[in-house]
Amino acid sequence: MQKPILEIKGLHKRFGDHHVLRGIDFSVAAGERIAIIGGSGSGKSTFLRCMNFMETLSEGEIWLDGKRIGTERNGQVTYPERQLCAVRERVGMVFQQFNLFPHMTVLQNVMEGLVTVKGMAREQAREIALQELDKVGLSEKVDAWPGRLSGGQQQRVAIARALSMKPEILLFDEPTSSLDPELVGEVLRVINHLAEEGRTMLLVTHELGFAYHFATKVIFLADGVFHEVGTPDEVLKNPRQARTQEFLRRFGEFAF
Amino acid sequence: MNYSPDFSVVLDNWPVLARGLWVTIQIWLPSIALGLIGGFLISQARLSSRRWLSIPSLVYVELFRDTPVLIQLIWFFYAFPILIGVQLTPFTAALLGLTLNTTAYSAEIFRGGIKSIHRGQMEGAKAIGMTHAQAMRRVILPQVVKRMLPAFTNRMIEVAKMSSLASVISVHELMYQGRLLSSTYYRPFEILTAVAFIYFVLIYPGTFLAGRLEKRLARSS
Ligand SMILES: Nc1ncnc2c1ncn2[C@@H]1O[C@H](COP(=O)(O)OP(=O)(O)O)[C@@H](O)[C@H]1O
Ligand SMILES: [Mg+2]
Repeated sequence: MQKPILEIKGLHKRFGDHHVLRGIDFSVAAGERIAIIGGSGSGKSTFLRCMNFMETLSEGEIWLDGKRIGTERNGQVTYPERQLCAVRERVGMVFQQFNLFPHMTVLQNVMEGLVTVKGMAREQAREIALQELDKVGLSEKVDAWPGRLSGGQQQRVAIARALSMKPEILLFDEPTSSLDPELVGEVLRVINHLAEEGRTMLLVTHELGFAYHFATKVIFLADGVFHEVGTPDEVLKNPRQARTQEFLRRFGEFAF
Repeated sequence: MNYSPDFSVVLDNWPVLARGLWVTIQIWLPSIALGLIGGFLISQARLSSRRWLSIPSLVYVELFRDTPVLIQLIWFFYAFPILIGVQLTPFTAALLGLTLNTTAYSAEIFRGGIKSIHRGQMEGAKAIGMTHAQAMRRVILPQVVKRMLPAFTNRMIEVAKMSSLASVISVHELMYQGRLLSSTYYRPFEILTAVAFIYFVLIYPGTFLAGRLEKRLARSS
C-alpha cells in the first residue's frame, strides 16, 4: 500500500445541532480515484468540502503529505488562512454550479489563479491556461464570456481552471448534476481523460454507471459515516450492507 | 414685473464664486473617496459573523441614515468639539460630517452588492487558493461595483448637493459665497441662478460619464 497523500482522522461536522458527519477515518493514496455515493442530504458535499476546508471541521484532523493541517496552541486548533490557501492550491475543487467568474473571459478565468495566487507572469500564465483549455477541448472559446457558453462548456472551463493550479488531488462535487443530459457526456469524457493520466480524484456523483468504470474505490455514505467501502464491483454490484442494496435498488438498473 | 436682470454682478464677482466652487470640490471629492473606503470597511463589519463588529456597525449606519444631514453637520461643528475638547474648523467639521454620512450610505450599497453576489463566487475564488482579500479584490468587488454603479453615482450626486448645507456652519463653499453675494448686492436672482448653474456644470459630467460607463459594462457580460 502506497503512503497516503491525504488522511482524515475522526472527522465530525455539525451545523448547529445537525450532526452531519459522524466520525470518518479515511485516507487517499496517489492515483486513487474515489467515487462517493449516497442519498441526497447524506453529507457527500459536506464531506468533500471539508477536504479543502470550504467547511470548517467540527472535530477531527486532516493530514496532507504527512503534515497535519492547522496550528495547535494550548489544545486549540486554529486554521490560519495562509495554510488553508496553500491546501486549496494542492486540493482543487470543481463545483456543481461551475462558479466561473462572469466578469472574466474564459482565458482570464483559467489564468486568474496563476497570476493572483501563484504570482506568475501573465505571459507564462497565458501559456499554461491555453494548454489546459486545449486539454478540455475549448481552444476555440478562450475569448468568450462564460455566460455565453453551454453548461457543459462552462464545467470544462471550471475543470481547466482547477487544473491550471496543478493540484495533487481534485475534488468533484456532482460535476454533471446541473447539466442537460446531452451535455453530461462531454464533461465525463474530460474526467475520464484525467483518470487515464493517473490523477488522484474524489468524485461525488449520481452517475453510478460512470462511477463503476471510473473509480478504483467506491464509498457509500449514509448516516454520517462510510457505510460501505470497496471496489466498484464490491459496492455497486455485490453490496453487503442492506442500506447499500436498498439505495442501489432505488436507482434501478444503471448502465455499466 | 419690471425687474431687469443684470448678470454683470455675477461676472464682476466671478473670482469669489470660483473660490467657493473650489472649496465645494475640496469637501465633495475627499468625502466621497474617504466615504467609499470607510463604507467598504463598515460593510465588512456589517457582514461579519462576529457580533462585536456587526452590531456597532449596524448602529452607526442607522444613526447616520435616520437623522438629517443638516443636523449631523451642525452637530459636528457645535456638539462634537465639546466631547473631544477641541474646536474644529467649519471646513473640518463639514468634511467629517459628510465623510461619515457617505460612509454609512456606501456601507449599505457595498453590503447589498456583496450579498447579491452568489456565495459560489467566493467559493470559486477560494477553491483556487485565493485569500479572502484577494477574492474580494479580484472577484467580488469588480462585480459589486458594476452592479452597484447606479447607486454609487447617485450617492456622488447627493453628496455634491449636500455639500451646500455646509454653508450653514460658514464653510466658504459655493452656496455660502452665493448667499453672501446675494445679500451684499441685493441681486439674489442673478447670483443664485449662477450658483445653480455652476452646481449643474459640476455634477452633470459625472452623471453623463457614469451613464456611458454603465452601458459599456453592461455590454461586457
Ligand atoms: N451551510 C450549512 N448550514 C446548515 N446546514 C447545512 C449546511 N450545508 C449543508 N447542511 C446540511 O447538511 C446535510 C448534508 O448536506 P450535503 O453535504 O449538502 O448533502 P449531499 O451533498 O449529500 O446532498 C443536509 O441536511 C444539509 O441541509
Ligand atoms: Mg451535494
